[in-house]
Amino acid sequence: MKTRLLTLFALAGILGLSACGERPQIVEYKQGKYQGKADTRPWEAPAFKGDKLAWENALRNRNQAQNEYKRVD
Amino acid sequence: MARMKFLCDAERCIECNGCVTACKNEHEVPWGVNRRRVVTINDGVPGERSMSVACMHCADAPCMAVCPTDCFYKTEEGVVLHDKDLCIGCGYCFFACPFGAPQFPNGPAAFGARGKMDKCTFCAGGPEADGSDEEFKKYGRNRLSEGKLPACAEMCATKALLAGDSAVVSDIYRDRVLRRGKGSEAWGWSTAYGKQGEKIQERTQERSQAQEGAK
Repeated sequence: MKTRLLTLFALAGILGLSACGERPQIVEYKQGKYQGKADTRPWEAPAFKGDKLAWENALRNRNQAQNEYKRVD
Repeated sequence: MARMKFLCDAERCIECNGCVTACKNEHEVPWGVNRRRVVTINDGVPGERSMSVACMHCADAPCMAVCPTDCFYKTEEGVVLHDKDLCIGCGYCFFACPFGAPQFPNGPAAFGARGKMDKCTFCAGGPEADGSDEEFKKYGRNRLSEGKLPACAEMCATKALLAGDSAVVSDIYRDRVLRRGKGSEAWGWSTAYGKQGEKIQERTQERSQAQEGAK
């Protein structure tokens, strides 16, 4: 009788625990794909007419102008 | 060219709000929308620090991840932009953004009544034709396509707010910190009022104590 009860409890325990699986709880956000209009690149604007190098140089100069130590030297 | 970034030097920011004004003026941003704002910690207390905050153009932008209409895109220079034609004004991006960058023209209204989201574009406009009237109306001026940096940073009087290529910006900041040498002492409160101010405070305390003693 005792052994029967024990096995019954053991089986119930196993059944009960079988539902508790270890699943990842962290939500994975999937990066959506852009659905809107396509944009042109900044150096393709009328000011630079596709000259990427000239655009980069213009920005580099502006960037360096923010460093007053370089401007004073 | 590397990734475009903003960097605000809290030691230099004097809370003049020049960046906010420059942004509003440059893009003719509607009333109630602030693409940029200045946040001050310990306001009025000696040693207060201010910092200019706008969209940080995150490498892994949470606004892009949560947008149900996928209206966000990232340019080659790492600028996070969006298509206003797709925006439904749900406000998810506002809740996802840790900097409070997304703004809505109708403020905190009900879903669908907030209007199209507006945020800092790093002065790079939007998906409309560069320099067009339509682009200006929706996103403001496209300074980047004119070979210029964001108006807020270029307008900053103390050069606290730096913008541009992240490598150059960090070089400028590094150079500045090295020359500063003494940490916060070369700029900011203690240079302007610091030790003298402390001495005055000490003298007034001594005087009040002496007066109390005489009574």
